[in-house]
Amino acid sequence: MKGAIVVNTERCKGCELCAEACPLDLIHLADKMVNRRGYRYVEQSDAERCTGCTSCAIVCPDGCITVYRKKIEN
Amino acid sequence: MENVISPENIVYQKPTLLNDNDMHYCPGCSHGVVHKLIAEIIEEMGVADKTVGISPVGCAVFAYNYVDIDWQEAAHGRAPALATAIKRLWPDRLVFTYQGDGDLACIGTAETIHALNRGENIAIIFINNAIYGMTGGQMAPTTLMGMKTSTCPYGRQADLHGFPLKITEIAAQLEGTCYVTRQSVHSVAAIRKAKRAIRQAFENSINRRGSSLVEIVSTCSSGWKKTPIEANKWMEEHMFDYYHLGDLKNNC
Repeated sequence: MKGAIVVNTERCKGCELCAEACPLDLIHLADKMVNRRGYRYVEQSDAERCTGCTSCAIVCPDGCITVYRKKIEN
Repeated sequence: MENVISPENIVYQKPTLLNDNDMHYCPGCSHGVVHKLIAEIIEEMGVADKTVGISPVGCAVFAYNYVDIDWQEAAHGRAPALATAIKRLWPDRLVFTYQGDGDLACIGTAETIHALNRGENIAIIFINNAIYGMTGGQMAPTTLMGMKTSTCPYGRQADLHGFPLKITEIAAQLEGTCYVTRQSVHSVAAIRKAKRAIRQAFENSINRRGSSLVEIVSTCSSGWKKTPIEANKWMEEHMFDYYHLGDLKNNC
């Protein structure tokens, strides 16, 4: 199973609830970057490990995260 | 990675009823999660054109800017009275109010209790964060004992301020209510449970089974002067001891 997330960085407020919810600890605040509203926003690191579990998107108060998941045949 | 990111692989996205307006809520505010749940549920039920929401006075006063359904804005605390009128005039509509603890449990206590007692076929979503968020973190009727706010800087004391009001327990005693529950939105599991509860309340309204009250124990990270993550932990450690989660009444 392979997952991916896309964060709407202009909508994100950097509350980091998604980072706390991610079971693999793949989400963190982007370094020294802010959006047009002045909020820091999150980004994903080590994206290859994402399983697309949707935890981050479910807890996001602003609906910033879209989650994709695909079954990969070996 | 690129082949994973394509429309047919989407497993979760913002509900379309939650529009693209930037929400004014503070980072990590529970209101956002509940707005999202409401939009998801109405979308899943397919009743967007048959739903009327009543927004309160408080932080959620602008709820009508974010969820694309019909809304009415009520005077402070009077949302259940307005909902009563709307549901009686439009009996086939899903009518719900969305109120905070300052609106529902303080200035609107009378309207809330009487609407629930009459068994009006409305759903009430009650966001309880134990503080007045919008006006700057003053003590609310629901503020916990010993909790510090801007108007009780030494902590809430029983002899001076009385005790925190458990309005949901009162609602469960009323004959008119059919579904009374207390939920939270601090974790994935809690959010899923809260979604089921809100859906049940909405179905009760549309099927005219009586009044439903869904209390959501929430955070106010700005009012509590904590980060959103600390606020969730504080809520788990302190709020749940007094405001126990779970169904208080389910006659559906």
